[in-house]
Amino acid sequence: MSSNLKQPLVAALRPALAALIGLSLGVALTAFAGENPWQVFMVILRGALGTPYDAGMTLFYATPLILTGLAVALPYRAGLFNIGAEGQLLMGALAVAVVGVLLPTVSAPMSLLVSVLAAFAAGALWGGIAGWLRAYRGSHEVITTIMLNFIAAGLTSWVVLALIPSQDSQNPESARISANYMLEHFSAFSSAPVTWALPLAVVTALLVWLFLRFTVRGYELKATGLSIDAARFAGINVRFMQMLAMALGGGIAGLVGIAEVCGNSSRFRLGFSPDYGFIGIPVALMARAHPLGAVASALLFAVLQKGTAELDLETTYVTRDLAAIIQAMVVLAVAAEGGFTWLKWRRAKPEVKNHA
Amino acid sequence: MSNTPYAVEMRGVTKAFGSLVANESVSFSVRTGTIFALVGENGAGKSTCMNLLYGLFQPDSGTIHIRGEQRAWRSPREAIRAGLGMVHQHFMLAGPHSGLDNIILGDEPEHKGWSFLPRWARPISRKRAIKDLDDLITKHQIAVNLDQSVDVMPVGVQQRLEILKLLYRNAGILILDEPTAVLTPHENEAFFASLHHLKEQGKTIIIITHKLREVLSHADDLAVLRAGRVVATRPTAGLTEQELAELMVGRAVQLIAEVPPAPALGPVALSCQNLSLSSRGSKPRLNNISFTMRAGEIVGIAGVEGNGQSELLELLADPRFYFGHGEGRHRLTASGNLSVLGHDVRSWSAARLRDQGVSMVPEDRHRQGLLLDQDLTQNFLLGLAQEPQFNHFGWIRAKAATRAVTEAITEFDIRPKTPSALAKGLSGGNQQKLVIARELARQPKLLICAQPTRGVDVGAIEFIHQRLLEARSRGMAVLLISSSLEEVLALSDRILVMYEGHFIGECERGVDEAHLGRLMGGGS
Repeated sequence: MSSNLKQPLVAALRPALAALIGLSLGVALTAFAGENPWQVFMVILRGALGTPYDAGMTLFYATPLILTGLAVALPYRAGLFNIGAEGQLLMGALAVAVVGVLLPTVSAPMSLLVSVLAAFAAGALWGGIAGWLRAYRGSHEVITTIMLNFIAAGLTSWVVLALIPSQDSQNPESARISANYMLEHFSAFSSAPVTWALPLAVVTALLVWLFLRFTVRGYELKATGLSIDAARFAGINVRFMQMLAMALGGGIAGLVGIAEVCGNSSRFRLGFSPDYGFIGIPVALMARAHPLGAVASALLFAVLQKGTAELDLETTYVTRDLAAIIQAMVVLAVAAEGGFTWLKWRRAKPEVKNHA
Repeated sequence: MSNTPYAVEMRGVTKAFGSLVANESVSFSVRTGTIFALVGENGAGKSTCMNLLYGLFQPDSGTIHIRGEQRAWRSPREAIRAGLGMVHQHFMLAGPHSGLDNIILGDEPEHKGWSFLPRWARPISRKRAIKDLDDLITKHQIAVNLDQSVDVMPVGVQQRLEILKLLYRNAGILILDEPTAVLTPHENEAFFASLHHLKEQGKTIIIITHKLREVLSHADDLAVLRAGRVVATRPTAGLTEQELAELMVGRAVQLIAEVPPAPALGPVALSCQNLSLSSRGSKPRLNNISFTMRAGEIVGIAGVEGNGQSELLELLADPRFYFGHGEGRHRLTASGNLSVLGHDVRSWSAARLRDQGVSMVPEDRHRQGLLLDQDLTQNFLLGLAQEPQFNHFGWIRAKAATRAVTEAITEFDIRPKTPSALAKGLSGGNQQKLVIARELARQPKLLICAQPTRGVDVGAIEFIHQRLLEARSRGMAVLLISSSLEEVLALSDRILVMYEGHFIGECERGVDEAHLGRLMGGGS
């Protein structure tokens, strides 16, 4: 990872190039279906970025992916695999909805702070439980976070439907939150729900990067992930670090609630997340768990998602399945680029070992 | 087969990796039926040389001759077929399987009458293997219980198993990489006895080592490699240890560090009383250990690895973990008293111990001492990041860190001299110097130092030993845990011998080496 920092440009360019190759291959596949690949490519681009509204929808979709990407990337640096971003973001959204419904009188600047804190705290609690179980009880975080996802799904639907149900609709959703909590849509993107949640996600990524790169705690967290034994011998409280990493990751995932509830629907709608938490895993892996890379890879995912959604309508032969294949080709190409680097390193290893 | 007296000849073999020339025009000859030693420091090119011989790499130029015939392998498989066999430093054995299964793995004898099946589907006949192996065992007098699982075999037996594996494949030329690194003095003797026996049976043996004394007392001929070149090939007879060391390093070395006069002993630095470490229902790992050491002395804990030293080290590193004050899933629990620098530390964490002036050089520097994928600066900060000198309200003082690591690099002559080099690219000796520089940088009062020179070459050993003795002169207490007899003898003011989790003897400086060796093997 330090080699990444030494040549940040190269490190960023290589996955980007790989993504381009993957996209070209995927688009080229459509030729077999009888389409003109160039046209398909243009449809994707237009679909994602063609109008301010399209670009806005792409950014709206990217916002939660940045957050869930970070929610996976940060624990990953501490050597933990957070599969629980989905549950953590549900808890975050629930907290925002509860606060927004039960404390309607909090006025504008305060309400933003309250909702952010609530979202972060609820997510952090959910991640922290898994962290605590891992650090002090030895339960593997992959198992516990998956379990906690189910619990979160059940818990949120109970709270939403039984305690703060919608008063004005028959849909499975919560009551509307107070208008004081709602975020304005940026006017530049027509009616697309792009709000301050997007800058919030980017700033979060920046903060995580600063934390890992320049602070003592961040260093200790990375050391825990790189070699837990070396960290332990160096007097680092590795169990606290594991818990911290999971809690921070969970808290960041919880912020998705701001984008969804305050920025978009003004309520907790059951099933609002199209698996943001799980897509966060490839987002983080494509970024090699680098916080700023997570922003880029979330944007790429969003562009692909939004762009290929149009293919079904705008072309004769490309179906939704083929669109999914194009997306998969990009992910595969970026992953393969990583594998390629890894292979090269392995082949170089005997030299290093014998002669350095 | 031609009638050359040589089993192996390397003629002007050169191998480069990129710009790095690992072997430059290497030539030597190994007579059939002798023990030949290839010696040199870490990074001198010994492994490359053997990997060339074994077919893992192909030479850029030069030729390799086996029994007079020029050979060029494309893979180790061909070398094995031609009668070469290699025992690697880290044994290639599959843990839970029996000795027998490990030997036949990859070369399984088949039941007769099943040849109509494809090869992978034919049943294995262990009976035939056992018959062949029994013959080999009697012929070469190698004592191995073939039915035992490899996991429970002592290291010495595992090594015999590896050798038997080669003999089973009809190897006439045996290559042994650092064969004695893990053996007890007692096993060591048995090992060389069996080597001599194999030699009498006409086998040719090549050992790669940097242990001078073994070379001189057991090898017939030797070649010394330095920086990829052969600097000497000659019979061992008439060579002294000092001369050989100087050939290896290329300058005058002090084999046994000169011990400065002992400083006055200070207050008690470390005291263990009736310390035990055990898990419910099994043999205690540490059994009623008591000792006291003071500032200004080096106390050595000698013993063959696996007799409780690792456990003692872990316990001293993080007492809270084991004394049951910390929550933990570790079933190992400690009892007894442990005090460091006058404090009862049973409830102390590793961080608190370090704060109070305890430093630790862990035994496994790759796993416990370094972040291999990080650069030297990041590695230097490990355990130091909280020190005010590097910590500015939670932010790392990057400049101070770079400055400190640069100073350490100069003072300890760590190579390469660039703070941005990755730790995994350093040689063993340089990695160890980095760890020791880091641990001494905190000016600790008590240094717990495990296996400080394992896998480290002669030049760096000399340097590290001098540093430890300097630390003692400054009034530091040094607890030295080492499985190297020579090291313990050279440095320690007092020696405690550990065997199966307890101390079975205490000796003063100047104790007879043979006596110590017997104690290490459990004798009295």
